[in-house]
Amino acid sequence: MGKDDVKLMTMWASPFCMRVKVALAEKEIAYEEIQENDLLTCKSDLLLKSNPVHKQVPVLFHDDKPICESTNIITYLDEAFPAKPLFPECAYGRSRARFWADYIDCKVHPAGRAIWSTKEKDEVEAAKNNFLEIMKYLAGTLGDKDYFNGDKFGFVDILLIGLTTWFPAYEKYGDFKLEDHYPKLAAWITRSWARETVSESLTSPEKITNLVIMLRKMHGLE
Amino acid sequence: MAGSDDVILLDFWVSAFGLRVRIALAEKGIHYEYREENLQNKSPLLLEMNPVHKKIPVLIHQGKPVCESNIIVQYIDEAWHDKSPSLLPSDPYLRAQARFWADFVDKKVYEAAKKIWMTEGEEDRQVAKKELIEVLKVLEGQLGEKPYMVGESFGLADIAMIPFSVWFHTLNEIGKMNIERECPKLAAWVNRCMERESVSKTLPHPHKFYEFVLEMQKKKGH
Repeated sequence: MGKDDVKLMTMWASPFCMRVKVALAEKEIAYEEIQENDLLTCKSDLLLKSNPVHKQVPVLFHDDKPICESTNIITYLDEAFPAKPLFPECAYGRSRARFWADYIDCKVHPAGRAIWSTKEKDEVEAAKNNFLEIMKYLAGTLGDKDYFNGDKFGFVDILLIGLTTWFPAYEKYGDFKLEDHYPKLAAWITRSWARETVSESLTSPEKITNLVIMLRKMHGLE
Repeated sequence: MAGSDDVILLDFWVSAFGLRVRIALAEKGIHYEYREENLQNKSPLLLEMNPVHKKIPVLIHQGKPVCESNIIVQYIDEAWHDKSPSLLPSDPYLRAQARFWADFVDKKVYEAAKKIWMTEGEEDRQVAKKELIEVLKVLEGQLGEKPYMVGESFGLADIAMIPFSVWFHTLNEIGKMNIERECPKLAAWVNRCMERESVSKTLPHPHKFYEFVLEMQKKKGH
């Protein structure tokens, strides 16, 4: 490809932004990062203008054209920059990848939030069990493979890995360890973090856990 | 290249999500076996083919299941790429737009529309009505002066939305509103889509949907 102007609007704690950064790194696409610092009280004019429907990061700009929704952005990148594909080749494999993408997007982050956003013991317990049920399905589809994509790190791996930066916070407040329940899934996390594209793109889990502590204090939960 | 044989669709006659798949199959002229599911007593085949969500529609192609309606429509386009018309544009940016708006229908239209008949109390219903019209006006904004949602051709985003036009009569009756008057561009788009045989021969009559909803409400003791 010729000289492409690629920019990515991000917020440091967002696992949805992190996954796009991993995808860009995996595909070796150079880009400029534009950081939104304060999503809670004051969204920038650029964000509101480029994503008027959802008003959320991440937003990718390719030659000044905005693309929104992280899964959509990563799919776009794979089509607009065909080198180093992230998707399986066959139509059926792609439909399975999209299925698990949808499952991950709908389930993981909200289930995790339910664990730390309450003080009630029985609510935490129920939220933890619900989260582990979701992990069961993910562990099931991973099976004995190195990656969700097979032997190559790919689309589904990229979508899930950013979300794992929030897992230590869930483990802290849910009082559990993922590796005790689903060791192969825990091993996949370690294996994925060993990739430079991942470790250089993701925010440290410690920073995320500190953010969760701060959010809990804000809501009177600490 | 996929054959037209060995295609089974597990569905429920009035499901907007199932209708998307039926329209896509009709657009491509694909022959398939339709199997009606009793959602109160789901078949072993459905539970086997979609163990994660246990929901229709499920497309079974050569014994392999594809789940989630927007994903199925994309699969149909890819597996039968040699059959026209294409259901997605060829340009990556327009494809991203198509996916974005198909996703918007799922996240916003479906949720807002359901609230109209699931809400009790006049105040809540007024709020639900306002929300729905706002969402439909966003779609009208996207439509603009174009014949279809993303460009000149009928495709994924149109297929995602058009089954919900069957709901308009019901929403108008129960919500005491007039969607066509409030959203004339959307109404014109519905008529344009209905000129396609794949749509007009697939969608059930809006009055049949209204009867179905009334029956459901009666059973729930409304």
